Amino acid sequence: MLRWFLGGREAQGSVEKSSVLLIGEEQPKNCFTELQVLKGHFDIVRFLVQIDDFRCASAGDDGLVLVWNVETGERLQELRGHSQQITAITTFTCSHGNASHTSLITASSDRSLSLWDPDTGNRVQTISDLQSSVKCLLVLERLCVWVSGGEELCVWNKDFQLQCQRQNHSDTGISALIELPKNCMAAAMDKQIVIYKVTVSADSTVSIAEIRCLSDHQDQIRALINVNDGLFASGSHAGELILWDAVDWNILAYEHILWEESQASTQAEIRLGAPKPSEMSIQHLTTNGKLILAAVGSGLYVYSVQLKTVVAYRKVAHDSNVLHTMLLSDSELMSCSEDGSVRMWEIQDLPLPAEPATPAGFFGMWNFNRSNKQTGPPSKKVIDVPNIRALELIGDLIGHSGAVQMFVSFKEKGLVTCSTDHLLILWKNGERQSHLRSLQLFHKLEENGGL
Amino acid sequence: MIGSPDVVAFTKEDEYGETSPDLWAIPEEFSIPLHPLADSNPWAKTSYAKFTKDFILISEFSEQVGPQPLLTIPEDSKVCGTFDLNYFSLRIMSVDYQASFVGHPPGSGYPRLSFVEDSRVVLGDSKEGAFAYVHHLTLYDLEARGFVRPFCMAYVSADERKIMLQFQEMSLRFSQASECLKAGNRRAFAKELQRKLRDLEYTHSVLQKEEGLQREAGPQSMYSAHAVEKANELANVEKSIYEHRDLLRQITYYHHRPRRDPNAVTCQKCITECLNECEEVLDKYAKLSKPFAYSEKREKEEEGQGHINEKGGAEKVDTEEEEGVKRRSSYTPQMVKGKSAKCFDKRLKTLRELCNDNFYEATVELLKETERSFRGDLCYLHTCRLDRALRRKQMVTNFLFEEDLCGEDEDEGGTLRPFCAVNHAVDNCMFLNPPPIVLGPEPLELDALEPPDPSDPASETSHTQESELGLVESHLESSPSDQTLETQESSEETKGSLSSDKSGMGQAEREPNLDSMKSEAPDLDFDLMPDPDHNTDLERESSSEDIETTAGEDSGGDQTPVSLLEVVSELEAGNEEECEGVTDGACEMGSDLVPIDTACCMAQEGFLYEASDPADALPRLGQSAQPQPCQALVVNQEPHALLPLQNDYTVGSPCSESPAAGLELPLGNLGDTVSRISVEDGSDCTMSVSTGSDRAGSPLSYGGVVTLRHKKKAGQGALRFVRQYPFAMQALWCLLSGRTLVVLGADEGRVRRLVNALSLFVPGPGKCGERVQAWLSCPYTLTDLQRWKLIGLQRVASPVGSSMLYSLSRHSRYISILDADQRTLRCPPYRGRLLANIADHRTSIRRGSTYFLHLQSTLCRLASKAFLFTFTHHLHLPVSSTEGPEVVEGRRRCFLQEQLGLSDEDSLILLYLSQLITQQYLQPATGSSAAAATCFSFNYTTSVLYKI
Repeated sequence: MLRWFLGGREAQGSVEKSSVLLIGEEQPKNCFTELQVLKGHFDIVRFLVQIDDFRCASAGDDGLVLVWNVETGERLQELRGHSQQITAITTFTCSHGNASHTSLITASSDRSLSLWDPDTGNRVQTISDLQSSVKCLLVLERLCVWVSGGEELCVWNKDFQLQCQRQNHSDTGISALIELPKNCMAAAMDKQIVIYKVTVSADSTVSIAEIRCLSDHQDQIRALINVNDGLFASGSHAGELILWDAVDWNILAYEHILWEESQASTQAEIRLGAPKPSEMSIQHLTTNGKLILAAVGSGLYVYSVQLKTVVAYRKVAHDSNVLHTMLLSDSELMSCSEDGSVRMWEIQDLPLPAEPATPAGFFGMWNFNRSNKQTGPPSKKVIDVPNIRALELIGDLIGHSGAVQMFVSFKEKGLVTCSTDHLLILWKNGERQSHLRSLQLFHKLEENGGL
Repeated sequence: MIGSPDVVAFTKEDEYGETSPDLWAIPEEFSIPLHPLADSNPWAKTSYAKFTKDFILISEFSEQVGPQPLLTIPEDSKVCGTFDLNYFSLRIMSVDYQASFVGHPPGSGYPRLSFVEDSRVVLGDSKEGAFAYVHHLTLYDLEARGFVRPFCMAYVSADERKIMLQFQEMSLRFSQASECLKAGNRRAFAKELQRKLRDLEYTHSVLQKEEGLQREAGPQSMYSAHAVEKANELANVEKSIYEHRDLLRQITYYHHRPRRDPNAVTCQKCITECLNECEEVLDKYAKLSKPFAYSEKREKEEEGQGHINEKGGAEKVDTEEEEGVKRRSSYTPQMVKGKSAKCFDKRLKTLRELCNDNFYEATVELLKETERSFRGDLCYLHTCRLDRALRRKQMVTNFLFEEDLCGEDEDEGGTLRPFCAVNHAVDNCMFLNPPPIVLGPEPLELDALEPPDPSDPASETSHTQESELGLVESHLESSPSDQTLETQESSEETKGSLSSDKSGMGQAEREPNLDSMKSEAPDLDFDLMPDPDHNTDLERESSSEDIETTAGEDSGGDQTPVSLLEVVSELEAGNEEECEGVTDGACEMGSDLVPIDTACCMAQEGFLYEASDPADALPRLGQSAQPQPCQALVVNQEPHALLPLQNDYTVGSPCSESPAAGLELPLGNLGDTVSRISVEDGSDCTMSVSTGSDRAGSPLSYGGVVTLRHKKKAGQGALRFVRQYPFAMQALWCLLSGRTLVVLGADEGRVRRLVNALSLFVPGPGKCGERVQAWLSCPYTLTDLQRWKLIGLQRVASPVGSSMLYSLSRHSRYISILDADQRTLRCPPYRGRLLANIADHRTSIRRGSTYFLHLQSTLCRLASKAFLFTFTHHLHLPVSSTEGPEVVEGRRRCFLQEQLGLSDEDSLILLYLSQLITQQYLQPATGSSAAAATCFSFNYTTSVLYKI
């Protein structure tokens, strides 16, 4: 389709860069028809957190935290203080009566932790010279404490005072932390999930105790999420998805995504020139309580908690690893990937079960010169899992020139994506924006009393 | 008759009584004038002129050789051809407008500088086929007779009408030039005086020493003839010192004097600088003069007996002198000869020497600029003016396709920017409000139809008071200074009568062309002031003046603002903000001029009589400040006005017009539209005048013209593109609907040419074409896409090139790609009909500039549709709360498709333009380009490939 100008004496687009899946430019269901590029970072932007319904903060390898107004695209604050890349960021809301105030806690490779006020841009608290850098943060709002995880596990109160500390035995340290019922929390440490219990005694001293260690994963745990009050899920590098009971920490379901297929399709993938062990790694998990969306390699898998099975999947959803996903609703989801695109998917009923491959898949291959030589797209491989539904691409957002690290949705206000190309892009619904502008225009007209 | 050039009449009687306005006609200012002289061939006029182009001539009335041309602008001898400059100089300089008083007026000890306002005259030489706007000015020269050197600047053209119709603007521009010259001259003159004073003092001290020696040597009882001669010489030198000192003081006071000439807005900074200089010098010499102070009177009575007193003074002088020598070692004082050389022996200073060098240069620049701006024939100038006026009406959408007017708009409020040609233009911004505007901030309501005078009694009374004060001063005046004043007056009248003519004609005739020469409001107060008695009857002078003032005030207040108000009331409330502003400004000026005038009188007299003693003035206040029955006075005035000034070579005869102007008053309601016309004309004129001033002021806005020229050139390219490429329409559609067009090619020249041509179609290209990038050889990013709407991209056969192509394909949904090498266009399909008439490859338009105009009109139409669409409330927002967005959407579609008859794709153009307008409107302050760049909208449609 684009060959007309790629042709001639020009070199062909490299295989890595060309799209596996192309939806084309006709995307009636894609409502993001306006974009705004937000500049400010000097290095890879890795994290985005939503502060309230119109602000978000971005943080990245340049150690900067920037606060943005999503409605206008304005940069509200520039939080400077960290000398090295930010490794974790979270919001910390404390409520004083009716009013709640949201602060930001950041952790950086310079082994410091900071508390910021996003309204003023002030660094309210800071702790430096930690023993190791913090990899994850968890706020336990009920207990009014927060936890930092790295090589050691530390509990802090809201005034940034260390409450207790616990060394870990593992080299890799804690990579993820989630809160569990009954003042427990789960920490992912290499192949294990450790359950800790946090106790606040009468004299308000806090202590943590390791209660249990779950070592059912065969490989490093990449993702750990709460599914609902009674469930949490973890995903490993080897493609295992385990559903745990949140109270008694038993395995409820074990799904080894892709194990068979990855074996079977290895041949094809090698021919494609991009076989990586990360092909079946669960990069990211997200859930809405009913469905779990797993980003596996460059594919997407939708797992139904109720049915305990994969209900829809697409093995090659992106050209490269999927980095972040989100379930917008029960049928709509969104993913971003190292290939620089954000894609929107819809879970559709298939006329024929077990036929997840779409014409778009073939369509995309047209661009390859080599596609002729191929036996067929890998997605054609028959998959044993009985699929009831198909994952259909309904739109893509192309703008970043590097991997899209993360995105945050502000519902109808738009979507913010951040990327390794140092940029953030604010995607908006053009129609809504033009409506807002019209409102503004007539408002101003009224104010001015005429033109 | 060589001595009397034709004085061109300013009005035609036959078009006088035309009324019965057509309500549906387009406003006068926008109509294309039918040639009033239907029988005359427009080209016939120029045929017998001996020069090909208009030019500016500077001449001098030299006291040695008579009138002589000094300089023409442009300085090309071809310009004047065989035209006899000497002869023409003779004619234009033979208007002895100044009647400058020279020498010692009786009753005053010292020679007086005459402060003469410039005069403006239109002269014609029908035999030569030359007509000229002549601007006379006087410069000071210590060595010249009466210390004055008369000069004139003339705009010479073969087209009489051109001069007549551009009179206001010419007057303004030449005033600026003249002010510049004069400012420089005053400085130079002060310096010269300073030098002369030093010489004189030196001489004085030397003489005194000699005299003292002689007296000691000789016997006490008798004086040798030699000694007497020495004493006389000494006395002469002393007298000379006094004279020069007085001159210096006069020149210093000059700046304090408010100007009567509304065009003569000077640069505050220049004035202040000069003033400081002068005052410094004056201070220095004021010290010297003290010891002599009391000897002054006696000296006049008996010159011979002054020796005793002077002796004491002389010592003082010596000591001062010593101090002085220390201070200014750079200059060695010279002995001054008792008698100056005969006037034919000395070499007169050149114009350049008379002014400072940089002032001279600045003036010449200014005149060059003036010449440039008046280039072209009247039709052209008129069309340009119309164009500007029209564009001013659509301020909101101008940014889309029109070149920038912003610089010119700033001045539109009717403010005359004080102009300074000498470089410190930045400081001028602070002085945007020259005196004429400051004085009467009368807020004009749209519905206030009553005459403004009663509406603002406070200012009225204050005015009267001022005028009373002025009158008191005038009573105190002694005759010689009266005379000076008078000459000024008459020169003023020259102008005043001119403007009255114009206003009279403007009101009377409905001649559209006149908009270029509408009366400027400030002039009107001079209307009823022609007083021929001035020159003859000195006794009556003061009283007649006071009549004048009152009358002028009254009529000024009554007459003009009424019509102005009518205009204001008839302005459409909608999109005429600028217009209003202008009219307001004009009104203010109109009502302000009275106080200025009186204040001017007052200050002037104050100057002439530095002994303005308040105690003396107060008792007189009551007697002179009697309320006069103004109407009667006006009537009384008229007979005088009927015969005056014909002898002066003024423009137009005030005799017939002044009464007419007066009679206009009662007709107010009947001649509604008529007067409206005149005033609208007036407002337009103010615009054009200020436009002119601005353009002259900042070369930047002159760049706008260059842009236009550049655009016209691009028109040729665009025409070629349209004719060559069958898919031109699609390309234009992409640009107009806001889809970035990338012109891809290996050959830079070709890509640049294409981009230049296509840049005409980029809506809102920015003041300097920020949204267009003619040539880009590095890979672009998404940010570039939203910044630029038209990009010329280098096609390179290298890895860089392939990555660039990769990003092109990646961003293909945002862009259209025109491949200049393979002659293909990849863009969404366009099937609309809207652009068919500007992108018809079988068009019969052959010339680029024609195509450009065709294009402009189409785009202008588009812009106005977009304007309508943007600002129609119900197309965007629900009318009632029950309406959902779908209803509004449906209404919008209905409007676009059925009322405007646009297909979906054509609607996109309008939607995009509307979006731009909205953005521009919402963020005018922050700078549209920045705001627009932050948002980038697109839509998801498939592209197709067009080939030749």
